[in-house]
Amino acid sequence: MDSLQLLAQLFPQGHQVNIFDDFISGSAQIGEQTISVIGTSGHTSIGVEIALAQAKAVLATVREFPQRPILLLVDTQGQRLRHRDEMLGINSYMAHLGKCLELARQSGHKIVALVYDQALSGGFITSGMMADACYALPEATIRVMGLPAMARITKVAEERLTELAQDNPVFAPGPKNYERMGGVQAIWQGDLAQCLQQAFACADAADRRSELGRQRGGRRMAQQVIDTIMAQALAQEK
Amino acid sequence: MSSYLESTARQRIAAMVSDFNEFLPPSSQWTSPHLPQLNAPVSFDDGVVVGRGSIEGKQVYVAAQEGGFMGGAVGEVHGAKLVGLMRAAIVNQPDALVLLAESGGVRLHEANAGLIAVSEVMRALLAVRAAGIPVIVVIGGSNGCFGGMGIVSRCANVIIMSEEARLAMSGPEVIETANGAEEFDSRDRALVWRTTGGKHRYLLGDCQILVADETYQFKTAVVQAMQHCSQADVALSLQDLEDEQTMLNNRLQSFGDMTEPMDIWAAMGVRHPEEVAMLDTGAFLQLTASIKTGERQHG
Repeated sequence: MDSLQLLAQLFPQGHQVNIFDDFISGSAQIGEQTISVIGTSGHTSIGVEIALAQAKAVLATVREFPQRPILLLVDTQGQRLRHRDEMLGINSYMAHLGKCLELARQSGHKIVALVYDQALSGGFITSGMMADACYALPEATIRVMGLPAMARITKVAEERLTELAQDNPVFAPGPKNYERMGGVQAIWQGDLAQCLQQAFACADAADRRSELGRQRGGRRMAQQVIDTIMAQALAQEK
Repeated sequence: MSSYLESTARQRIAAMVSDFNEFLPPSSQWTSPHLPQLNAPVSFDDGVVVGRGSIEGKQVYVAAQEGGFMGGAVGEVHGAKLVGLMRAAIVNQPDALVLLAESGGVRLHEANAGLIAVSEVMRALLAVRAAGIPVIVVIGGSNGCFGGMGIVSRCANVIIMSEEARLAMSGPEVIETANGAEEFDSRDRALVWRTTGGKHRYLLGDCQILVADETYQFKTAVVQAMQHCSQADVALSLQDLEDEQTMLNNRLQSFGDMTEPMDIWAAMGVRHPEEVAMLDTGAFLQLTASIKTGERQHG
């Protein structure tokens, strides 16, 4: 969905959100509540500048508006693949953004993310995936890589991967697969403003994704492994 | 004398950690549920060793990624072992959490599960810091530390590297495939090290301690890092992140138009940047000791 159209649907009461060079920032109203809106548009790749710009907006919210909820709008083709960004330490810039979001959470800000177009590995992990809960529109694309690229790397035929992807959400892109695995809380349909309000109402600072993945059957082992290790560790302390 | 670079994950733990007790040891055979469908081999520890032990009398929770199994890449079980270790650390309050990182990032064979797992590791690591437990990352394996694990590492309190170690986001091969060899020639090993290697990361301030490739030196550095952390606040704070924002912004302003790491070193005051690659770690540290980067802090 076009980002301006999205903003209109999310905030029927109005908003003060600007989009400049694919960087989204500003504030908006949900009922009586003012929220911060931060994100990217135009499937932009996340380079050092836009990572830093997002971090700056998060820190400004923490500093100036204690506990103001934050909405992250995600549309990215992933991290920028340039020598210069690597030389400058792009992983440090992205980690910084992730840490700023974690600080916001620890300081009492509720954080909701919405993948409204594309989300790809590197750009996603320090934005949408750092939220209390990440949601997606039905037509959104979420992936690490497409099946053709995966076929090349794993040396498994694309037809076989397509077949496997029918039953195993691990292999194929798409918000439904991420929902089954617990990485996406839910897929929004209908009145987006209402969905958003609801999302902030039930935002929870604890990371429950592995438990969700187990309940939904898309990621059966992660929570079991975590529980078993915690039990072994506790037993050894006694 | 033993090379950290050439050691396996288990050898590194044996050399650095006393009284090690492994959680979910290979005998319990928790393997990847996804690899067999792709006819890929599994490993009984899924490429990561986790447990508790002590270093110089300090209680530590330790994880070591095995580069020899799928490049240390993170799949569902591998990631969950790291998360389980970190959550257990929050309950049991060891003196530090030490991550011997060696990883290409998300295991592409388990694409979506690997991506979510890395995100869970990142949040769990920051929760460990919030609980007042310092997190120390050690990077010195031949596979380097890339992708999501390159991000996770920079969430730690301290990063220790050797000059042979590499820390970055996208590997040179990935960038070359996307944008051509004129963008980043992955066969130019010297350029790869100038861009991602320990010396460059140390000068920039992305790594706080640089050591020679000797396992005992890494161990000494971990002890040093634990001492440093016990005197500092290990949790995230607004002030530290504001400082990091300034540091990263200054880096972008000062070096953002440069294309060659040696130009950055020269701008920082290194007099003969072309000689840096040849210097051994001791000589390098001596030469660069006077450079006031003002950047050696971490968020």
